[in-house]
Amino acid sequence: MKRATSKKVKQLPATSEWTFEAIDAYHTEIARVAANFDLDTYPAQIELITSEQMMDAYASVGMPVNYHHWSFGKHFLSTEKSYRRGQMGLAYEIVINSNPCIAYLMEENTLTMQALVIAHAAYGHNSFFKGNYLFRTWTNADAIIDYLVFARNYIAQCEERHGEEEVELLLDSCHALMNLGVDRYKRPPKLSLAKEKLRQEERTEYLQSQVNELWRTLPVHDARPGKVAAPRFPPEPEENLLYFVEKHAPLLEPWQREVVRIVRKVAQYFFPQRQTQVMNEGWACFWHYTLINKLYDEGLLADSFMLEFLQSHTNVVYQPSYNDRWYSGINPYALGFAMWQDIKRICEDPTEEDRAWFPDIAGSDWRETFDFAMKNFKDESFVAQYLSPKIMRDFRMFAILDAEHEAKLKVSAIHDETGYRRVREILSDQYNLGSREPNIQVWNVDLRGDRSLTLRHQQYRKRPLGGSIDEVMKHMARLWGFTVRLETQHEDGSVELVQETRLEKRRGQAEN
Amino acid sequence: MTRIIDRRFDSKKKSAVNRQRFMRRFKQQIRRAVNDAIQDRSIRDLDNGEQITIPSKDLSEPQFQHGRGGIWEQVFSGNDQFASGDLINRPPSGGGGGRGQGKASNEGEGEDDFVFHLSREEFLDIFFDDLALPNLVRTQLARITDYKTQRAGFTSDGSPANINIVRSLRGALGRRLALGSPFSARLRELQKELDKVIEESGEDCEEALKLKDEIGRLRAKIEAIPFIDSFDLRYNNRIRVPKPTTQAVMFCVMDVSGSMDEEKKATAKRFFMLLYLFLTRTYEHIDVVFIRHHTVAKEVDEEEFFHSRESGGTVVSSALKLMHEVIAERYAHGTWNIYGAQASDGDNWDNDSPICRELLGSQILPWCQYFAYIEITPGEPQNLWREYEKLSGEHKNFALQRIEEPADIYPVFRELFKKNFV
Repeated sequence: MKRATSKKVKQLPATSEWTFEAIDAYHTEIARVAANFDLDTYPAQIELITSEQMMDAYASVGMPVNYHHWSFGKHFLSTEKSYRRGQMGLAYEIVINSNPCIAYLMEENTLTMQALVIAHAAYGHNSFFKGNYLFRTWTNADAIIDYLVFARNYIAQCEERHGEEEVELLLDSCHALMNLGVDRYKRPPKLSLAKEKLRQEERTEYLQSQVNELWRTLPVHDARPGKVAAPRFPPEPEENLLYFVEKHAPLLEPWQREVVRIVRKVAQYFFPQRQTQVMNEGWACFWHYTLINKLYDEGLLADSFMLEFLQSHTNVVYQPSYNDRWYSGINPYALGFAMWQDIKRICEDPTEEDRAWFPDIAGSDWRETFDFAMKNFKDESFVAQYLSPKIMRDFRMFAILDAEHEAKLKVSAIHDETGYRRVREILSDQYNLGSREPNIQVWNVDLRGDRSLTLRHQQYRKRPLGGSIDEVMKHMARLWGFTVRLETQHEDGSVELVQETRLEKRRGQAEN
Repeated sequence: MTRIIDRRFDSKKKSAVNRQRFMRRFKQQIRRAVNDAIQDRSIRDLDNGEQITIPSKDLSEPQFQHGRGGIWEQVFSGNDQFASGDLINRPPSGGGGGRGQGKASNEGEGEDDFVFHLSREEFLDIFFDDLALPNLVRTQLARITDYKTQRAGFTSDGSPANINIVRSLRGALGRRLALGSPFSARLRELQKELDKVIEESGEDCEEALKLKDEIGRLRAKIEAIPFIDSFDLRYNNRIRVPKPTTQAVMFCVMDVSGSMDEEKKATAKRFFMLLYLFLTRTYEHIDVVFIRHHTVAKEVDEEEFFHSRESGGTVVSSALKLMHEVIAERYAHGTWNIYGAQASDGDNWDNDSPICRELLGSQILPWCQYFAYIEITPGEPQNLWREYEKLSGEHKNFALQRIEEPADIYPVFRELFKKNFV
């Protein structure tokens, strides 16, 4: 019916080869429709790149500029290898949370894919970056590119002054602790290139003086011999290991503190992305689906375009079953897309069940509900809040309890009346970074003694620490400059020493 | 408001620096892989990169993670048979259609080897690195043996045979015009004046005579300008430019008697490869002749040269004789640069060594650009070495070197290049 009314409308080009004019035409239309939906975005900047440049972008964690490090070279090589062998297609797009929002389109894509990517990245992700509270609090889209330029130049400078090897060792150590180098709850200060430069020297000197102050012990001992209870340090456990190192490691040079800070800032910048994968990808998929369909309804798109589009879309949001060869967990694209579609359905066409489960949103205006949900949640809370029984049934979700001390696995809940809430709870917990990653904090520093640092791991559901503890602890010891201990606190409260890493040469770094 | 930017032609190889860092960091592993790769290569096959494999545990980036064990409760999709409270046997680890813990696949992947491709330059760099070549040699591989002369404009001095007449006369004409022009201008003026005077007051008035006189003097001045002067002379300039010789033949002579084990052969192979490589930098076309010998010599292909084993005694002279025959037959007509490389453990039949010296000195070295002998032996020099040593003073194009490990190969090449650079 809609097709019939739109005979007059001039169709957009439907070739598979793209041209700049065609991309521009599609972009104009997509922007128009997006504006009709009140999508609030940063201005979009679309850049066309080759597959090699795409691999470059992959290797430097998607950023257009970054400092140099061997690990990026390694990622490039492995991406290149699998791409050349055809084991892996490159992502069709990379989008950067910056203002303007940069979306990379790959040269090899067909016109349909370019249009899909524009809708997905330049409008879907873009609006999410601009709206979601995590991104608003933790990242500063205006300054990130400038900051990375600053970081690259600063690190290059350090390499000139102190040697590539020295800087590389430091970066290795920082990277090992990168995941523990974020503030989870504090609001980080804004980044700005100008301010960074202005304040940097000031800060380095000040920091150094603070550190020295901290370690000045002589007068205290002489003046008050009777006082026994030395103050704890840090007074509260510190979750941000890199922050603690930057501020308090006794032996670091000022430039080393700055490098630690840079790695910490970069980690912080990517922190929200790790917490909003389902929401963010789902949101982008929802919008490319909605925007393109809207254009089709207006009669702007050819059927051939639509078929190719639907095929790509379906591939992206496909959820394999647990016993499929391709199963690798819940597909965040599939779950996210299904949930956003479902919220829209609940708003527009609620069933009795929906009214019981979601009295707040059933029958409400879907655009307002979307806005609220997009702005104020992360994966964990989004799932806990909005995962509906219908989705659980559609995905045929079930939860498995794998307890080490039990001989068999147990199906703890399935998609039925008694299991919905339990399944939802478990799935939500799966997206909780706090339970996904081990919780390790700076517990204590022996200020008056051997200056050793103690990290404490709070055990979560009896899961032991894995990975290369040994190696990471060496990195931590290198940064701290003295002995570092790692303790595990079990759920019953008992504490066990997991690892003690001594730094043999006390001023190892300073001397090298 | 929106922008579409074409970045496709922006600088490529943005990751080049990171790649270098990676290479430097894992130099040890990469070098080991390159060494392995050399074993499997033909000595002519140095122009390709190489697929390098490194165990990925060597290059992991450590992180704190949850290990296996403890309690995991996870949601899966696609329930087809389970009800709440069902007990299931644990799937065997690694299999079970991805039903293991989420980490399983990550760890499985971690055990794959890390494979990547070295470019030719990187490969050669590492290859050279192992042989302890200094950078100078690595970069300056040019070698010049022949010159040709070619025109290069004109000079103002030279031998009379090279005078360029046209250029010289053109210069002289120009000079004459330039020097004479003030006089000519004055001459024209006077002539005009004279014509006027004659018209007004006749041929013989005083004025006219004075003018005629002056005209005569000017004419004399103009004629006094020399027709050709020594600095008008221009000579054709010819310079000598190096002419790359385009073809070379390389003889690989190797002892394959029982005493040459695989390891020694591998060292010899390195040596041959290196020589070959140097030649490829200088010559367009290179023939390689493989001659192996024990008591009798035989020309073989590369495969047989390196891989078949013989045993028995050693008569080195047989190989030299064969080499001489091959030269005489195929490469004697002057357009070939002949290089020889002989590898042996030096263990020759005693009476044969003097014959070898004689053969080499009188029949082979005169033909050769360069002949290198390497003796691969950990112990005392053998009889062949002692005989050859006598030659090394007499012939500048002969070098000999004892080698215990690959790094010793380099001095031979230092010799080779010293000669050509100084």
